[in-house]
Amino acid sequence: MNEWSKAVSGHPIAGHTASTPTISGNRGLQIEEPLIFEQDSPGHCGVDLPEAPAVRSRLGGLDRKGPIGLPGLSEPQVVRHFTRLSQKNYAIDTGLYPLGSCTMKHNPRLNEKMARLPGFADVHPLQPVSTVQGTLELIDTLAYWLKTLTGMPAVALSPAAGAHGELCGIMTIRAALEARGDKRSRILVPESAHGTNPATAAACGYSVEAIPANPKGTKNQGRVDLAALKTKLGPDVAALMLTNPNTCGLFEDEILDIAAAVHEAGAFFYCDGANFNAIVGRVRPAELGIDALHINLHKTFSTPHGGGGPGSGPVALGAELAPHAPVPWIVHGANGLNLVECASGDAARSIGRLKGFHGQMGMFVRALAYMMSHGADGLRQVAEDAVLNANYLRVKLAGALSLAFPGTCMHEVLFDDAFLKDTGVTTLDFAKALIDEGFHPMTMYFPLVVHGALLIEPTETESKASLDQFATVLNGLAARAKAGDASAFRAAPKLTPRRRLDETTAARKPILRWRPAPVQQQAAE
Amino acid sequence: MSAVRFTKDHEWVRQEGDLAVIGITDYAQSQLGDVVYVELPEHGRQIEQGKEAAVVESAKAASEVYAPVTGEVVAVNDEIVSDPAKVNADAMGAGWFIKIRLADPKQLDGLMDEAAYQAFVGEQP
Amino acid sequence: MRYLPLTDADRRDMLAAVGVDSIDALFAEVPPAAQHEGLLDLPRAMGELEVERRLAAMASKNTVAGAVPFFLGAGAYRHHVPASVDHLIQRGEFLTSYTPYQPEVSQGTLQYLFEFQTQVALLTGMEVANASLYDGATACAEAVAMAGRVTRRNKAVLSGGLHPHYRAVCETYARFSGEELLVQDPAPAGGEDLAKLIDADTSCVVVQNPDFYGEIRDYSALAQLCHQKGALLVVVVTEILSLGAVTPPGEMGADIVAAEGQSFGNALNFGGPYVGLFASREKFVRQMPGRLVGETVDAEGRRGWALTLSTREQHIRREKATSNICTNAGLCALAFTIHLSLLGEAGLTRLARLNHATAVSTAERLAAIPGVKLVNRRFFNEFALHLPRAAAPVVDALATRGILAGVPVSRFYPDRADLADLLLVAATETVTADDIERLATGLAEVLR
Repeated sequence: MNEWSKAVSGHPIAGHTASTPTISGNRGLQIEEPLIFEQDSPGHCGVDLPEAPAVRSRLGGLDRKGPIGLPGLSEPQVVRHFTRLSQKNYAIDTGLYPLGSCTMKHNPRLNEKMARLPGFADVHPLQPVSTVQGTLELIDTLAYWLKTLTGMPAVALSPAAGAHGELCGIMTIRAALEARGDKRSRILVPESAHGTNPATAAACGYSVEAIPANPKGTKNQGRVDLAALKTKLGPDVAALMLTNPNTCGLFEDEILDIAAAVHEAGAFFYCDGANFNAIVGRVRPAELGIDALHINLHKTFSTPHGGGGPGSGPVALGAELAPHAPVPWIVHGANGLNLVECASGDAARSIGRLKGFHGQMGMFVRALAYMMSHGADGLRQVAEDAVLNANYLRVKLAGALSLAFPGTCMHEVLFDDAFLKDTGVTTLDFAKALIDEGFHPMTMYFPLVVHGALLIEPTETESKASLDQFATVLNGLAARAKAGDASAFRAAPKLTPRRRLDETTAARKPILRWRPAPVQQQAAE
Repeated sequence: MSAVRFTKDHEWVRQEGDLAVIGITDYAQSQLGDVVYVELPEHGRQIEQGKEAAVVESAKAASEVYAPVTGEVVAVNDEIVSDPAKVNADAMGAGWFIKIRLADPKQLDGLMDEAAYQAFVGEQP
Repeated sequence: MRYLPLTDADRRDMLAAVGVDSIDALFAEVPPAAQHEGLLDLPRAMGELEVERRLAAMASKNTVAGAVPFFLGAGAYRHHVPASVDHLIQRGEFLTSYTPYQPEVSQGTLQYLFEFQTQVALLTGMEVANASLYDGATACAEAVAMAGRVTRRNKAVLSGGLHPHYRAVCETYARFSGEELLVQDPAPAGGEDLAKLIDADTSCVVVQNPDFYGEIRDYSALAQLCHQKGALLVVVVTEILSLGAVTPPGEMGADIVAAEGQSFGNALNFGGPYVGLFASREKFVRQMPGRLVGETVDAEGRRGWALTLSTREQHIRREKATSNICTNAGLCALAFTIHLSLLGEAGLTRLARLNHATAVSTAERLAAIPGVKLVNRRFFNEFALHLPRAAAPVVDALATRGILAGVPVSRFYPDRADLADLLLVAATETVTADDIERLATGLAEVLR
């Protein structure tokens, strides 16, 4: 055999190993890509623009005097730069995200095509209303779907994200209480709640009190302790903020009693809709006694996470809260659809405005395209498949991992780190080892009610084969941990573009932007 | 040297005349991980037993430091502000947080001594 | 159904593995009273073709900005976005990726956000910027809240030149947080005296530059006055392209900048999703809301990036967080970064000059119409005109003639007769000489 055929025969040639350092620092398709600021060709530009005609300047001496400091690159350089960056990211398109309470489902490309129709994308928010009837119709249709799915009479569409929706919901509650002449100062939040819940309550001027969950082994384990809730309710409580199914992946089956107790105390019942994927099409929150519920369009309704945003958090509102909804409102008028943009007249009791313009229109188009694609039948199937997938993983993993709460779960399943006891491997190490196996880690250390939590939500868009592979890997890693391989876990990940990053130094000495290397000033001014 | 006393929230306090020196315990710093930032109260601030006196942050967690005893802040340890790693290196000594003028020295009697604290730590999950 | 991989055979096998007879058994804990029998009253599943038909029918009922002479601004600007931007942001690894909490598998997102933070700092002339907020209006409200935290004071002064939506959002937030706001009257002709309102309880003064009427001012003296009294200067920018031509807030002494970044990379989209920009002095960074990306090294000493200073955020501080914010503008920030990377220094300054020149030509042509007066002393790519009568009916009449002439100020202040004759007109690089002529001719006809 000659050298070439030896190479392709699969037998490594002596002296050439996988970890031989390369000249470029690149490793095959894994490219080391500098910052754009480090690729500057001064004066260069990736956009061809005509020269501006000479006019009499109206900047009145307030022109920008010095350079801004932005680098110049051509189009091929920019395209290559961002393409290379994209290749360092994990994504739904490349693999399963088992992230509990995130609902990382497939993002259909039809949504992208529809959002980019010029009739939706190239429309200004302040065009005369007569010229945007199609947009108002779309928003009104989305509102109709959300009202029907939740059973609630009204929906506020302007909040830009789930946390923004929570803010909206709690603000309407406070406004409704003030309208009753009732000033209350506390909000109750389960210990298992997402951090945005207490942060939102505090931002609205409320103090926060935690409600414990029933411990493991008790009746209604992992769910809100109803007796404890009742003792904490009083004339001073404005609202209970609950997630249902809760962040342990369990349905709060005492929810009708919870709602009754909350209402009897004169308080409102706010529901964090992050886990709506488990019940969409089967359960209507209005029938659970809920007064306000935010929906994450980027969770249940497939709008893309985009590496962190944009989101959209419409809030479904009950009858007493509806008049306090933020503007703008869409109303049906004599000449078609209209926008109520000021908090006066019919909207005088509105809490006002929460965002510039009207809401995340681009996400509305995507969500409606998704809803129409699934329909009433498809959405019900979504919830069923989501719950089935999570329970399937539960039974496949319950042997090797330690279930936090035995029994069926909803769309997500919670484990604690008991299975790692005495192995020297932490939940964090376990998750980092999962990365080398080609999976994004599950949600870790949340909810706080369980030690070393691992919360897994597969969603309905994972195939059985995908789940089987995931379970095989998790069971294998659990076995390795128990076999005493702790140092391998602590060294993980090894196969990613970067190993574990030093987050301590990043926080102690923050470097939050690129700065040019100092230039020696030579000429006297 | 005065005996050190401990709280259930893992603060320590050591009496020095009419002053008390306060910090977080070695166990606390090991639980927190690398300390990245501390927020200390201003001079003259009145802190109350059981209420928040300072904040200590690691990369992944932020914890309130509660006052083990009541008093007025007379000194803060600027060294841990400029070099938070000192809290990890020597939590019981150079990593102290604040010094206060004791309002009521008898409050110290209600706190755990070293032996009781070590036993308490042993019971932690 | 095309998005659901499970087959009926899979479902049967999996139910058996779980040990239940039917899927209903897995919903047994939901009170029967709360479960909906059968299907909800909504349309059934549709294929792509059907969805496209229905949504396209809705879209066709709108007047598309690019199809007509178009002169609207007032906080959202029509710019040309290079073709590469939209292609790059639709790469699955950007579009469908999660928040970069696991930095080892998110270096792409983290690196571009670090570049974004740098670009925003450079544009605004400030020391540090975050990884974006929802939009300019919420960024403004967050700036007021941050000024309150930094100064430990409770009263903010809002200029009458602030975009009414931004003012309204600040008012909503302040109502619930207990902040006191001194909101000044709209001041199209200028002349407001903010300095006399600053006292020992003032946390900040909020101004916009260029302001809602397009006027540009030097706020250096106001910045000094604020600082003398221990207050902060917050500067709002709604047309971020203006910073390609105008002195940036950082050089005027601003302490916090809250801006809208929509002009780079993001279509009009009827008002959202947009991208809030937030920048401040480095010494205030721990009081800053939103996500921050920091540079660091990995276990092998190689440069990399990670989210940092997270302990300010809701998922750790919970009720003590600097804000309840979780999401940032993500993909919209990426579009901004890519567009600005393509423009670079030379392209940005040229694009800004082009916008200014187009707006100057437009203003001169319109001010030549009898009865039409230009209000501004200075402007960038947007200005205010005083018409001989109410502007809103004029705009509606021009709309029926296929011309989108601008935004009547009365849209924001419907009860103010004294503002009813004002029209805001923006002219960007997308406006042609023909567009200007058609607007001028149409306006003259309608006013006759």
